[in-house]
Amino acid sequence: MATTTAGAAAPRVRSRKGPIAWVRRNPTITVGAAILLVLVVLAAIAPMIAEDPLSFEPSNRLKRPSETFWFGTDQFGRDVYSRVVYGTRISLAVGISVAVVATFVGLVIGVLCGFYKRVDAIVMRIMDGLMSIPSILLAIALITLMKASLTIVIIAISIPEIPRVVRLVRSVVLSVREMPYIEAAVAAGTRNLVIMYRHILPNTLAPLIVQATYVCASAILTEAGLSFLGAGTPPEIPSWGNIISLGRTFFQISPWIIFFPGVCLAITVLAINLVGDGLRDTLDPRIARRM
Amino acid sequence: MTTPVLSVSNLTTSFLTEGVWRPVVRNVSFDVAPRETVAIVGESGSGKSVTALSIMRLVPEMNGKVEGKVVLAGTELTSLPEHRMKKIRGNEVAMIFQEPMTSLNPVLTIGFQIAEALIGHQGMSRREAEAETIRLLEKVRIPAAKSRFNEYPHRFSGGMRQRVMIAMALACKPKLLIADEPTTALDVTIQAQILDLIKVLQDEEGMSVLFITHDMGVVAEIADRTIVMFNGEQVEKGQTEDIFARPQHPYTRALLSAVPRLGSMEGHKRPMRFPVVDTKTGLSDVPTEVPDTVAAAERPVLEVSNLTTRFDIRSGLFSSVTGRVHAVENVSFSLLAGETLAVVGESGCGKSTTGRSILRLVEPNSGSVVVDGQDVIGMDQNALREARKRMQIIFQDPFASLNPRINVGQAIAEPLMAHRMCSAAEGRERVADLLRRVGLQPDMAVRYPHEFSGGQRQRICIARALSVGPKLIVADEAVSALDVSIKAQVINLMLDLQVSLRLAYLFISHDIAVVERVAHRVAVMYLGEIVEIGPREAVFGNPQHPYTRKLMSAVPIPDPARRGTKRGISNDEIRSPVRAPDYVPPVRQYREVSPGHMVQIWGPEWEEKAPAIVRAA
Repeated sequence: MATTTAGAAAPRVRSRKGPIAWVRRNPTITVGAAILLVLVVLAAIAPMIAEDPLSFEPSNRLKRPSETFWFGTDQFGRDVYSRVVYGTRISLAVGISVAVVATFVGLVIGVLCGFYKRVDAIVMRIMDGLMSIPSILLAIALITLMKASLTIVIIAISIPEIPRVVRLVRSVVLSVREMPYIEAAVAAGTRNLVIMYRHILPNTLAPLIVQATYVCASAILTEAGLSFLGAGTPPEIPSWGNIISLGRTFFQISPWIIFFPGVCLAITVLAINLVGDGLRDTLDPRIARRM
Repeated sequence: MTTPVLSVSNLTTSFLTEGVWRPVVRNVSFDVAPRETVAIVGESGSGKSVTALSIMRLVPEMNGKVEGKVVLAGTELTSLPEHRMKKIRGNEVAMIFQEPMTSLNPVLTIGFQIAEALIGHQGMSRREAEAETIRLLEKVRIPAAKSRFNEYPHRFSGGMRQRVMIAMALACKPKLLIADEPTTALDVTIQAQILDLIKVLQDEEGMSVLFITHDMGVVAEIADRTIVMFNGEQVEKGQTEDIFARPQHPYTRALLSAVPRLGSMEGHKRPMRFPVVDTKTGLSDVPTEVPDTVAAAERPVLEVSNLTTRFDIRSGLFSSVTGRVHAVENVSFSLLAGETLAVVGESGCGKSTTGRSILRLVEPNSGSVVVDGQDVIGMDQNALREARKRMQIIFQDPFASLNPRINVGQAIAEPLMAHRMCSAAEGRERVADLLRRVGLQPDMAVRYPHEFSGGQRQRICIARALSVGPKLIVADEAVSALDVSIKAQVINLMLDLQVSLRLAYLFISHDIAVVERVAHRVAVMYLGEIVEIGPREAVFGNPQHPYTRKLMSAVPIPDPARRGTKRGISNDEIRSPVRAPDYVPPVRQYREVSPGHMVQIWGPEWEEKAPAIVRAA
């Protein structure tokens, strides 16, 4: 009879140690994290490396990329490079805020749904309803109801993301809830809130962190999409979506206006997804092998 | 002596772990003669399964290597190229495994799966293969074989699936059948059927059997010769009778002394400790009867009357009730302080649900449960939480009943903290005390569950249950998952704790031999109802209900001398407690056989049937 170690999160003994060996084992996570780190640094030191993204100089309209204007200028003569650097701030802020808001709200709702059958029956129907509406449409509807601002955009993008997080958390809670150690805790007289916090919550964290990275990437894309449609952040804010949206009209004569923010967008989303995949592989090796 | 079918010499199997080759089987040598049954017996980690896998060359080549010689009917297997080995597997040697639930593909019919094997190995046409399949299904005594040909595995019970696996193994008329714990996952009456079937088929087909098991009772029942393995080495081999009568190696002696024998408690009134044998010297202490702990004059700690728990089965668009599981039906009993009441029965009989209903881990439909003078059923959540100080539960699976992320000390202190019974510092003190009490070291409190063995974990679970000072402990198959010798130690611990703390145990178990050893009183459950209850001596000494008798006759007795003395075993399956929604359970009457020994009066469904295992013509 083989001894089963089902459910035991035994820290595996690793043959090699040290940061270099770690990097070698997790190349995806390293590459993704490195790109993200660069982007975060750029966003943080934006005022030092870029000009004012709003100052325009009509004499410099639609200039090609050159030594003075690395990414060229737009139809108002604004420096595309400065705007793209400042745009990094907006995109990362939206992505991270949405990931935090959606996962936190989703976690609370998900744990409650998984734990209490009655809450589950009602709340999950609401979640089904939310999921049946395309997320961009839902976000546009929410934004039109209120005055456009960064906060409203973040909330509007978060709400459609919540049901997906709830479903994930709920499924984990439902399976953990059947473990004998939960029943042992109930029999010991432990209060429900303590059971949720001590026994159930830690089990949801690993898949939740992975999900949060995907939410983050998808939020950045959604924000760009909304801005492109003119329904996102107010046009004076230089988000990547806004830059692309404005550059669309001059796409054929000066493609650089949309090329550079587009490339940045792609790289950012790629980096976040790489981190997500890497985290998934390290946090849950079983899933990684199955995929 | 005739040439053996299988001859294994100096078999050593090693696995690569962390860059080092670690041998898990060392220098094993044995022969299996034609038509002979050889059993390999040992506890977890003894290397018995790896031995079987090594013979079949199923050890993964990446990180496993097999040395030594394995000769099957003149062919050396260890050096055989893989494509020839493939022909040998299934054709010359067939194997059946422990898990009949996962060994069959759920999306293909039974008939198709067996016929596939015949077409693949023997080159039969589909029509021939189908005819042969039906013949095989009949051979393994599957009733109405023809009509079951096109059914899917989920329609078969565990015992029936194991029969299908045996049919598949027999498909190519192997010279040798390797059976790796084939009856471990089955109920005891079904186990008896499968063992009988293997014996009958062995005679009919003239094959040899290599039987791997941890159960000395099964060994005594089936094996001509026995090999005892311990830590990867064969410590003893010989005729089964010799090994049981005159065990030479200290480990064999320790193993045999830890095996309870049904019927060995005649003449003893109270539970008995298991003898403790030193595995190095083989010296044993004399097992003692425990002192009288039963508080007969006091009010019972637990009084259960007319307890009924049913589960609705819902299906369809509007989740209407389409059936009901009558898990516990009108169950009544009482339990005194310092007393052990064992609830025995097979899977699905409602014994676990009874225990969990008492603690209200599942909500009973009706009835009353009075613990220490207080009615548990009517309590609100707060009162119930308070009442759980007086009743605790120990579960079967020591791996799953401890949270892997929480250290042992915190796990033991959990009930204390839940009831705010002491400060953190006092808690640490109490945990150290409890660990000592269950035979562990106080400094183990900071370690995590995965660092402990199954037996140690079960001790930790006992410590956790004891922390709040309960009067009643429900032990739900608490020792069933443990190895024999560990089981004996944990039971000794439970008996000692009963003496010192005057605990009342509701000991839920399917293992009748263990129950005979530990229980003061016994309740036999069948389909949710108690069919017989009374003092252990009366119920086992003078079983009245046909089900009790059937259950007892199915228990394998670890004594080869008594092999074959039991009456025939029927081919019945265990019936299901699922009923139609409008089913009204019959009103049952009980009659008293002797003081305290009550038997349900049974109807015509229990009248004697002819034994259904009939030898094939």
